[in-house]
Amino acid sequence: MIVRILGEGQFRVGDVAAELNRLDTELEAAVNHNDEAAFGAALDGLLAHVRAQGTPLPPDTLEPSDLILPAEDTSMDEVRKMLTGEGLIPG
Amino acid sequence: MGVMKRVSLVFKAKANKALDKMEDPRETLDYSYQRQLELLTKVRRGVADVATSRKRVELQMNQLQQSSNKLEDQARKALGMGREDLARAALERKASAQSQLNDLQVQYAQLQGEEEKLTVASQRLQSKVDAFRTRKETIKATYTAAEAQTRINEAFSGISEEMGDVGMAIQRAEDKTAQMQARAGAIDELMASGALDDAIGGRRDDIQSELDMMAASSDVERELSRLKGEITAGAPKQLEGGANGTSQATQSQPQSTQGAQDQGGPYAPPPPPSQALPAGIPVSDLPAAEPQDGEGS
Repeated sequence: MIVRILGEGQFRVGDVAAELNRLDTELEAAVNHNDEAAFGAALDGLLAHVRAQGTPLPPDTLEPSDLILPAEDTSMDEVRKMLTGEGLIPG
Repeated sequence: MGVMKRVSLVFKAKANKALDKMEDPRETLDYSYQRQLELLTKVRRGVADVATSRKRVELQMNQLQQSSNKLEDQARKALGMGREDLARAALERKASAQSQLNDLQVQYAQLQGEEEKLTVASQRLQSKVDAFRTRKETIKATYTAAEAQTRINEAFSGISEEMGDVGMAIQRAEDKTAQMQARAGAIDELMASGALDDAIGGRRDDIQSELDMMAASSDVERELSRLKGEITAGAPKQLEGGANGTSQATQSQPQSTQGAQDQGGPYAPPPPPSQALPAGIPVSDLPAAEPQDGEGS
């Protein structure tokens, strides 16, 4: 499975879907409850997990990612905008 | 559905929308390649813009540091002259300059971070654009439109995702730079207003002018006491002349006039109307500074 961390690059990760999903659910709950502290903690946890478990893909691959994670200093507000597709350059 | 999945779906939706616009999928390849080159130019310009902002912040940091040093120097001088109030004012400004400086250091680090991120993003995009160009030529040469579809979709989604990523990085860097520019403008205004001493401009601030004034006024004081000494030497005769008689007053007159002229002081010849006055005008009506009663009577 390929995971992209925005602003950082793509990683190939093994069978870590369960842990990623658990952290991702926390992240989503934090966004829904407008809890900035929980959001920061969940995002940091997710990114740390992907970096620790994953292998960076070479920069010249053209493989799309299965999952995309916000960059580490992304605010909750920015994530909300991202989910509506705002600020993205269309292909 | 979690955040990760939703974000990746948003990216995919963008890519699919662009793909759907093309009738012949091979057109997509050329069109996308043009967009990629445009984005590469844009990201490189972004790096240059952030670097410009960073340099501006750096320049302001240097100016603030110089101001801060100068203000401390002024505080020391003011204390040396026994003016604790002035020293305090200088140190208060120094504290303000220091706090601006600390703020700028944080901004500087942020801009440096953005610059590095964009530089890396531009290199990564360059690698992917190169890979895409190679893939594009292969696909166009080898496959019919129908056969090419799957391969094009793959290549296209990969590069499209990268472009979305880079596009967001540029946007964030632009936002940060705009914020910095607003702050940098505010600091420039602050410096121009003289609230922080502008050491670079060489303009004299009010603390400096007060210090200069004190130095100048101590010269004036010295001159003043010298002149006072001269006048005191002649003064008893003057007073006697005023009180006792015309002859002595006339005697002292040249000396008194001489003193007033040296001083550049308020001596002035009696105004024309007083010359026309009849003798016997009361002495008290004449200018107090010039006890020329001898002349009047």
